[in-house]
Amino acid sequence: MIKLFKVKEKQRELAKNANGKGPVKKQSAGELRLHKDISELNLPKTCTISFPNGKDDLMNFEITIRPDDGYYLGGTFLFSFQVSSIYPHEPPKVKCKTKVYHPNIDLEGNVCLNILREDWKPVLNINTVIYGLYHLFTEPNYEDPLNHDAAAVLRENPKMFQTNVQKAMMGGYVGQTYFQRCM
Amino acid sequence: MTAATPSRSRDLDKLLLRPGHLVGPNFEPGPELREDIKEYVKVLVVGAGGLGCELLKDLALSGFRNLDVIDMDRIEVTNLNRQFLFRLEDVGKPKAEVAAKRVMERVGGVNIMSHFCRIEDKPLDFYSDFSIIVLGLDSIEARSYINAVACSFLEYDTDDNPREETVKPMVDGGTEGFKGHARIIMPGTTPCFECTIWLFPPQVKFPLCTLAETPRTAAHCIEYAHLIKWDEVHSGKTFDPDNPEHMQWVYSEAVKRAELFGIPGVTYSLTQGVVKNIIPAIASTNAIISAACALETLKIISGCSRTLTNYLTYNGVEGLHTKVTEFVRDRECLVCGPGVLIELDTSITLRKFIDLLEGHPGLLLSRVSVTHRGKNLYMQAPPVLEEMTRSNLDVPLFDLMDKIPKDIVHVNGMAGKGDKKQSCLRKLRVVFNGIDGVTDVDMAGGA
Ligand SMILES: [Zn+2]
Repeated sequence: MIKLFKVKEKQRELAKNANGKGPVKKQSAGELRLHKDISELNLPKTCTISFPNGKDDLMNFEITIRPDDGYYLGGTFLFSFQVSSIYPHEPPKVKCKTKVYHPNIDLEGNVCLNILREDWKPVLNINTVIYGLYHLFTEPNYEDPLNHDAAAVLRENPKMFQTNVQKAMMGGYVGQTYFQRCM
Repeated sequence: MTAATPSRSRDLDKLLLRPGHLVGPNFEPGPELREDIKEYVKVLVVGAGGLGCELLKDLALSGFRNLDVIDMDRIEVTNLNRQFLFRLEDVGKPKAEVAAKRVMERVGGVNIMSHFCRIEDKPLDFYSDFSIIVLGLDSIEARSYINAVACSFLEYDTDDNPREETVKPMVDGGTEGFKGHARIIMPGTTPCFECTIWLFPPQVKFPLCTLAETPRTAAHCIEYAHLIKWDEVHSGKTFDPDNPEHMQWVYSEAVKRAELFGIPGVTYSLTQGVVKNIIPAIASTNAIISAACALETLKIISGCSRTLTNYLTYNGVEGLHTKVTEFVRDRECLVCGPGVLIELDTSITLRKFIDLLEGHPGLLLSRVSVTHRGKNLYMQAPPVLEEMTRSNLDVPLFDLMDKIPKDIVHVNGMAGKGDKKQSCLRKLRVVFNGIDGVTDVDMAGGA
């Protein structure tokens, strides 16, 4: 290729600054795939999506879930999604922004959902993740606990779990922890 | 023997000055070749870590005189065992600067420019200046970024053949412990990084509830401190893997966790390894991979021998195995593929353009969403984005594309007919008729 570089180098010297291409925003393959995922979203009625940084930043968005069944009926829960430039090689990073009394979501908003961690595969998509989150509210499970106390109560005393969830959603203390109202 | 002046490059001369029958196409041996390599070839080395140090040394000793190196890291004590250009007194200094200085001290006549910054901080012009880019990186993100940059220079002719003068070759090295790879990427000819991203095994991710409830290994304790405990204590503050204080904090929390569960094996370097997903590096693996990369660089540039086709794996884990695999490129790759050529008039609106794709025999695309250089021109869904982009439909595409006469546009939608439709994502090469040879800048000047 040396011939080519020689020619190009000479051309460049001649054409210095004649054709200044400015920096161009690079669109990663991850961004393109996400673009496809987003434009094909088929959300359940209970979920809405929003883009805090406007229509051109799809890599950061928020999902609101309003469960229509189960313990969390009537609550509103906000999740933030952060998608990397090598998506879908890597799963999106998801956090629950609403403090929630839930066996699979800790008080910092970490979510224990298998497809967000160990079972993520590039064939999955944003829609799958949203459905997964939605199911956490209709079917919380005590077998994958992140909030140890909530999991124990759900396992041993579902009635009391129900009461605690209500207390938390209305805004109040469950044990030592204060929850902001989210209904 | 040749009558060329004896030089430090005596051994290199045996490759560059003599003809042979195993050489690459267009090889023209002679002293001019040797001098042209010195004068006209600019090599960019990305990364000044274990592999980068080796690459700079090898390339400088292989007759390249104009080198640049870019790296955003500073030297840490734990680097010194293998990043042999660095000394104890260099700890805390930028890797790129020290590496450049040390190689220039040792190899007379070589000129190395260092860039202490993130690869994303440089404009595209910076990258377009180099004849070839050599990668000594340890992250998929960084490779993917450089690959996208190098492939963005690639142009195809009307027959979908790559234009030679727009090809930016890359040589990529990588090591993990006893394993390594060296590959060459000729965009448009051999697979690009994105064509074969599946070659990289996905990072192991432990279930969060295992970390929280039932840790069994040292790595579990480290990830607990990193992913759960950090947030609990530092509400709102993001963890920065490149901040030694943050790393130290995670390490000490991981130690406490390990003691609680009676788990052995948490060390500072394991903490770094787990958090940054780095497997301990071995100096000799770096040396082997770097040597292969430097030689391939010389072969690509000079044509003195045929090049690797196109992916070498080296595995010294059990015995020693090496293998060369010829991967094939994905013709529909969104990054390096030619894309579908679409010629348009400047008056065509976005709505018309979308209709046109539905009738295009090579596309048959319905429910189309369109994106250009990170701007979403039209989105079919979700409703909130459809609403925000709807007003673009009646604007000429040429205007929406900032009046660039030819550029790449990505679209997605449902392809095919009837019940055989499937969702797909395509790259299009849009060319506007009637403004050939007019550059962006000329237009702006004439307006
Ligand atoms: Zn490709």
